[in-house]
Amino acid sequence: MKATHSFKSGGPSFAAGQSISKPPSQVERFVDRWFYRAAMVGAVLVLVLIALILWEIGGKAVPAIRDYGLAFLTKTSWNVQKQDFGILPQIWGTLYSSFLALAIGGLVGIVLAIFLTQDFLPSRVALVFRTIIEMLAAIPSVVFGLWGIFVVIPAIRPAADWLHSHFPWIPFFSSSLSGPGMMPAVLVLAIMILPTVAAISQDALHLVPFKIKEAAYGMGTTHWEAILKVLVPTAATGIFSALVLGFGRALGETMALAMLIGNSNQITLSLFSPANTLASLMASNFPEAAEVERRALMYAALVLLAITLIVNVLGTAILTRTTRRLAEK
Amino acid sequence: MNFQGLLNAMGLKTALFAALLIASGAPSAFAQDLRMVGSGASFPFPIYSAWFKDFSRKTPGVTIDYQAKGSGAGIQDFINRTVDFAASDAAMTEDEIAKVKEGVVLLPMTAGEIVLAYNLPGSPKGLRLPRDVYPDMFLGKITRWNDPRIVAANPDLNLPDLPITIVRRSDASGTNFAFTKHLSAISPAFKEAVGFGTSVQWPTSDKIVAAPKNDGVTATIKQTPGAIGYIEYGYAKLTKANIALLENKAGKFIEPNEESGQAALAGAKFPPNLIVWVEDPDGDKAYPIATFTWMLFYKNGDPKKAEFLRQMVDYALTDGQKIADRMGYIPLPQNVVDLVRNAAAGIK
Repeated sequence: MKATHSFKSGGPSFAAGQSISKPPSQVERFVDRWFYRAAMVGAVLVLVLIALILWEIGGKAVPAIRDYGLAFLTKTSWNVQKQDFGILPQIWGTLYSSFLALAIGGLVGIVLAIFLTQDFLPSRVALVFRTIIEMLAAIPSVVFGLWGIFVVIPAIRPAADWLHSHFPWIPFFSSSLSGPGMMPAVLVLAIMILPTVAAISQDALHLVPFKIKEAAYGMGTTHWEAILKVLVPTAATGIFSALVLGFGRALGETMALAMLIGNSNQITLSLFSPANTLASLMASNFPEAAEVERRALMYAALVLLAITLIVNVLGTAILTRTTRRLAEK
Repeated sequence: MNFQGLLNAMGLKTALFAALLIASGAPSAFAQDLRMVGSGASFPFPIYSAWFKDFSRKTPGVTIDYQAKGSGAGIQDFINRTVDFAASDAAMTEDEIAKVKEGVVLLPMTAGEIVLAYNLPGSPKGLRLPRDVYPDMFLGKITRWNDPRIVAANPDLNLPDLPITIVRRSDASGTNFAFTKHLSAISPAFKEAVGFGTSVQWPTSDKIVAAPKNDGVTATIKQTPGAIGYIEYGYAKLTKANIALLENKAGKFIEPNEESGQAALAGAKFPPNLIVWVEDPDGDKAYPIATFTWMLFYKNGDPKKAEFLRQMVDYALTDGQKIADRMGYIPLPQNVVDLVRNAAAGIK
């Protein structure tokens, strides 16, 4: 950049045969080398940190793993007096709430991303929208929780009561909404993962080369055909990582869920029943936990880590397969 | 701004900064600077932090920091000797006391009531709950507000045909401990099915939901028609929630307040270690659910710190009790204050 600039403006100073390229100076080399080292240290530290977290949590969970074994994953009670611990309802609640939130938040997020990037709006208006959606990410979790209690629950109560009284035979509506429960938690969770999904999907759609879009129109596609058959599949990799990241955020979300999900250790399909999640269990029980319960909580933390890891690995695997298939086409 | 001006401004700032440093550093450099750390129960945190702030201000050179980590964590810290004192709503168990070589002095410092707050359409005041009824509500055996047993106790109230939603604490807490201990004392069925502890296994039901902390429970009750849940008296007072009158051992329906709380505590018979549960107090005027909360000290700790800890206890028993009612706690009855003052001499 600099070279071109000086070449254009500084014509007289460049006599014929003079080169504008020169070997890097001593200082530049020094900076370069040290930047490389610092970046390397940073990258390695991240890996060390993850290893350390796994080691620490794993180490503290070992006694519980020895005591409870795999039955821990299939039992449904969390009884401190009898020291009988199981986390099946929490695993179910974590996955169920995260998948539902991803279904709602992911769909809305991708649609928003298409709407904001594909010339539906003047670019300035799109920028305003984009900024507002990203501001959602700055709202603290506890504020989302309070908003859920004071706004979302009263707002969905009439609809929930109607669905329950008219369609009680549908398993999703089999219980009446008491207040906190799966549905309000999922709705708030969907809004919380929306900025992540929308922002990364927008970046992915922006990254599609303009030439591809032009070529699609050139072949006579309509606006929608271009979007659905060319642009979205081209950006699929990025959109998919947006969904995986959004899902990861949903799995680990704690405070808002602890306030909204009702913290009841039961497994049910009903959207209006209270349930529980792993993160909420840990946040609720950790502060007052004595030795034995603390170990069980560490085990639960390890399970949550494993779930997050599996989801990410699965996501990446699906992603590589689909992109390959797209490439083959 | 020119360079000279900038320099001047910087110089001025540096001088000011230095002056500030000297001013703030001077007293602590000369007086003895003693910092004491405590941790534990969150239930008495508001009043404790008010006490410690005031005490630290009145006692030059002494600062007390308190972290409301929860009773369980406080006891752990105390056993691991990472604090100078701790606080617990569940006192300490025999096993825990045995782990402290230095010996333990347990002092009840303040007390609280636990109330049942409810949300009914039309917000009727003065709901009365007999002592065989409210344990069954929390067991999920009485599920509707127009249940004959509730209606029989409240002939003046127009109780709706609405499901009862129980709101409980999701986090482990001293409030849980005191409430479940009381229910276990008055209802064998509750003792059998749930038992007592800082966190218990509640029956699983769609109509039993849990929310974190007092504020979470209060907010959930306020937003759920037909809800009832247990919160600290101070919280209910602050949020002007509707509170149920509970039937005590003498068969009277009692409203929670300072007077009925003190009546509940007055009957407590203290053993030498000062651990006592008023799980079902006698007396016509006693509100049935009240509990003390304790501070834990080392019997043979750091003598220098012990001197100031004794002073702090003395402050809490005199000036400290005066703010208790305003903050939603029950001031200790005089006989208890005397007992605690004698026992505090054991902090060495």
